[in-house]
Amino acid sequence: MSTRITSHGRLIDRNTTVSFTFNGRSFIGHVGDTLASALLANDQMMIGRSFKYHRPRGLVASGAEEPNALVGLGTGARFEPNQRATTTELFDGLSARSQNHWPSLEHDIGAINSMFARFLPAGFYYKTFMYPRSFWKSVYEPFIRQSAGLGQVPTERDADTYEHFYAFADVLVIGGGVAGLQAALTAGRSGAKVLLIEQSAHWGGRAPVDGGSIDGAPVDGFVEQAVSELEEMPNVTLRSRCMGAGVYDHGYALGYERLTDHAPTQPGPRHRLWRIRAKQIVTATGAIERPLAFAGNDVPGVMLASAMRDYVVNYGVTPGQRVIVATNNDDAYRTAITLHKAGVQVLRILDARNSGGGPLMGEARELGMRIDCGRAIGKVKGGKRVTGVSICAQEGQGGALEDVACDAVAMSGGWSPVVHLWSHCGGKLTWDDAYAMFRPDPQRPPTGADGLGYVTAAGAANGALALDAVLADATVAASAAVRAAGFKPKSVAPPQGAASPEAPLEPVWLMPRRAETPLRMKAWLDYQNDVKVSDVQLAAREGYESVEHTKRYTTLGMATDQGKLSNINGLATLADALQAEIPQVGTTTFRPPYTPISMGAIAGEARAEVFQPIRKTPMHDWHEAHGADWEPVGHWRRPYAYKRPGESTHDAVMREVKNTREAVGMLDASTLGKILVKGPDAGKFLDMMYTNMMSTLKPGKCRYGLMCSENGFLIDDGVVARIDDDAWLCHTTTGGADRIHAHMEEWLQTEWWDWQVYTANLTEQYAQIAVVGPMARTVLETLGGMDLSKEALGFMEWKDGALGGIPVRVYRISFSGELSYEIAVPASLGQALWDKIADVGAAYRIMPYGTECLHILRAEKGFIMIGDETDGTVIPQDLGLNWAISKKKEDFLGKRAQERSHMTDPDRWKLVGLETTDGSTLPDGAYAVAEGVNANGQRNVQGRVTSTYHSPTLGKGIAMGLVLHGPDRMGELLEFPGTDGKTYTAKITDPVFYDKNGEKQND
Amino acid sequence: MTEPISALKMAGFDGLARVEDCGLQGMITLRGDLSARAVKSSVTAATGLPGPKQPRPLQIIAGKSGAAAWMSPDEMLLLCPYGKTGSVLAAMQEKLAKVHALVVDVSDARALLQVAGPCAREVMAKLCPLDLSPENFRPGTLRRTRMAQIPAALWMEDDATFRVICFRSVADYAFNLLKTAAHPEAGVGYF
Repeated sequence: MSTRITSHGRLIDRNTTVSFTFNGRSFIGHVGDTLASALLANDQMMIGRSFKYHRPRGLVASGAEEPNALVGLGTGARFEPNQRATTTELFDGLSARSQNHWPSLEHDIGAINSMFARFLPAGFYYKTFMYPRSFWKSVYEPFIRQSAGLGQVPTERDADTYEHFYAFADVLVIGGGVAGLQAALTAGRSGAKVLLIEQSAHWGGRAPVDGGSIDGAPVDGFVEQAVSELEEMPNVTLRSRCMGAGVYDHGYALGYERLTDHAPTQPGPRHRLWRIRAKQIVTATGAIERPLAFAGNDVPGVMLASAMRDYVVNYGVTPGQRVIVATNNDDAYRTAITLHKAGVQVLRILDARNSGGGPLMGEARELGMRIDCGRAIGKVKGGKRVTGVSICAQEGQGGALEDVACDAVAMSGGWSPVVHLWSHCGGKLTWDDAYAMFRPDPQRPPTGADGLGYVTAAGAANGALALDAVLADATVAASAAVRAAGFKPKSVAPPQGAASPEAPLEPVWLMPRRAETPLRMKAWLDYQNDVKVSDVQLAAREGYESVEHTKRYTTLGMATDQGKLSNINGLATLADALQAEIPQVGTTTFRPPYTPISMGAIAGEARAEVFQPIRKTPMHDWHEAHGADWEPVGHWRRPYAYKRPGESTHDAVMREVKNTREAVGMLDASTLGKILVKGPDAGKFLDMMYTNMMSTLKPGKCRYGLMCSENGFLIDDGVVARIDDDAWLCHTTTGGADRIHAHMEEWLQTEWWDWQVYTANLTEQYAQIAVVGPMARTVLETLGGMDLSKEALGFMEWKDGALGGIPVRVYRISFSGELSYEIAVPASLGQALWDKIADVGAAYRIMPYGTECLHILRAEKGFIMIGDETDGTVIPQDLGLNWAISKKKEDFLGKRAQERSHMTDPDRWKLVGLETTDGSTLPDGAYAVAEGVNANGQRNVQGRVTSTYHSPTLGKGIAMGLVLHGPDRMGELLEFPGTDGKTYTAKITDPVFYDKNGEKQND
Repeated sequence: MTEPISALKMAGFDGLARVEDCGLQGMITLRGDLSARAVKSSVTAATGLPGPKQPRPLQIIAGKSGAAAWMSPDEMLLLCPYGKTGSVLAAMQEKLAKVHALVVDVSDARALLQVAGPCAREVMAKLCPLDLSPENFRPGTLRRTRMAQIPAALWMEDDATFRVICFRSVADYAFNLLKTAAHPEAGVGYF
């Protein structure tokens, strides 16, 4: 059984206990425990079930690489799935539950999958769930989703807050083990600005566990001294609980700081995402031990040798009382020695090497441990925990030489440098035969804008595994980084590390080497995705030779641990099956983040009221207070309609239309784009931008204009006012303001850079209020200050003046067909003017109206709307706007495009009005059907609805649409099947339904 | 006459830093050949800068009656008292009568906020992808940048006070953003 022992436990405070629950059961742990160590201390060997076969699973590792011990953490608004118990610091009141089990962890129905495992080999899903296609969504997907799983999705809104932080450094050191500390010291002493980040709460990494000495003193002493020296340096920042999540282009890196995960009652943000820009990055990310592939290597109680050592030394917890150690290298002997000294019985050390190891083996032997060389684990016995092992010859097929009862197994297959961050942005690897590992190739680092490397690996992450090598390598690496960042490293002799020398390892990719099929089918490579040696071998037999293909076929390395334990063993297995060399097979791609980071950290502050910027006009609050039903238009919010108490939105729209037609309405038109174009060549420029002539416009006059892309398609429209000799003000659509301004600047900066024109986007400088309807002039004259008579200000003219004492510019333009004034006023006075007009207008029944009313008013007049009548494929000619296309101009944007044969094709659909025969309203976007079917068996079509409304003015449905030969077919009936099952019949009409001669707007 | 009002109506918040609306600020956009004599003299006329002094790239400098900020190779932003915008514009236009340039009042298109206090740099560094360390970003530097999801321009009045300009329509968003970043419990302790 696993239990707390009285010795060791360097990270825990034995005097302080905390209580927590796991699957509803209460447990006690210590401050300083991880959830993993505390569960182990309570003999909770089984922590979850596997993803595919629902096999019982326990802890394999002690850190970020843990594949099995994923739990759902917290409850309610603080619930989060897939949290690794090994990196979860224990706190009082922690609540965790296991995953992938139903109905309970102990009794799981899905475990039946395990019995049928032979029928669920690699590629099973691809082979089985192919046909029929109609089953994909409705049958196969729900089935697979339910039986798969991992964590559950939280059901409540996250109660925590998150933020980003932008930091800049000369040297970013990722990893706070002895290599990272030494690198930071080296960099810090040079005067460079250094940021050192460490994913755990502790400095020093695993060196204090592994033993040895630095400058003759225990490693702990060096760590303490290094940290205090770094803390003294003003140019160095240290952050623990901050993981280097990813390395990106040009020295950009992400740090994932977990501020309150260990203390959830502490106020402030839970996570902070550091967005770091560094001149140089040193990755001191250590190394990860590899499991050995033997049958039953996933039974709870089988653990990495280094992890077992961590639990004893760091937390004073032993995973078993009678342990068997299996290894192919010397490092596992450290675990055996540690266990032995902690009073745990080490029954056997099975060293796969025939000749055994070096001095560490001798030390173990002297302590009285039994060491069997050339031996291997044939099979682990036990279901929910280890009960024993069969021992066999490593060179054999698995025939048992001996069965030994035990309750834990420590395994070590050698070490792999953590090359992830080095590789994220293109750093290449080289295969190190002596240590059977991939390590960073210093000749091929990720390169920056200057073509030079900006990442240097240091210490174990660089393949320097022994303590003395780690410190020397970190010093060299940091010195190089410091120089590359433009600083001069101080020549300080690196501290001298001393540790037992080690004999070479012997690569072991399968235990025993010629294991028979039944054993290979139980020898796990990827614990989290349930991929075994037999699966990878099957993939190879079925022709998946590329490691990337094998990965996807078998799902090896595709789980949330991204194959930290499985990748090297998996590709070695593949290489063996393909009879290729490991470096020829290569690795899969390392992608950020190193371990999963929270969605909240990625979103940062962007939630609730700052989820997205909402653009507000100066009258926004007034609209809100007067019942506005909001419509998003770009990032703006515009009132769709102003609902009165008891009124439906539809009723409100109908009321607004009638009132505007019969009396007077007011509209907040502030969102319309306003771009000032000025200069000696401004007229020439606008003649190119618009299809019609703007240079001939007289100051004081307005003209409606169309803008096309160089491909001839209509992109925007609006009224242009000539301000003076060399200045024009161009109105754009609400959504077009920024886009059209950029469009103008692009042409000015890239093509016509020698034209003397400047533009300025003045959209937000002015609030703009449209006063519309038969009483519009009366209202404004009552307000007083300007002569707005027909004679003083004709249709399509503008004038500066004052209304009610407020400086204004009045444009007499109309998008409704009514007598209409649009009044521009400095934004800071927008609300004041709005109030005055509303006050004065009350006597004339003035009402505010929203965008839907605006739409109906314009549709009744047959005015087009960009985005309704246009969709990026429509040219002005399609809309009968030939009158707004200059025939005199030599050129304008879109002119030549509009002369192409497809654009002049008489079969292009053209704009018409549509009137239903029964007065109903056509469905938006409906298609007019024609005889016959097309090549896809779909009904042929001959037109479509672009805008459709119920017109309260006319008391019936009106619409506009694009119809084949439409203008030549007046009076013909078209059929529009709706998605509601009904077919609508509509007559082709002129698109202008109201005041065809324009008497009202000209009045 | 009716009084103009700023978008944020002088709102304020105290947290890691004091965030507040600065109220209405006169702002004039100048586009032109910044090396032209007439353009330079219009800047001098608008701001009261001494003699030949003009802002260099990424710089804002103050004169007797206003300040001039470099915005791009052919654009400057001039600050003056809100009530003086009209007369400053007129004075500039007079200087620019014979050259091709554009000067226009943009005071109402913007909002101006202040973020002040010992943690002001930290608050801004949560939102803007800039190196705001004291050795890199000093009073006198002006940057046009991104503040979370909106464009912004910022500079420092003194070593603990930022001024931030954003578009008027997103003033609420900008204020709430700064409020969030200045949450009293969200100190970073970096600078």
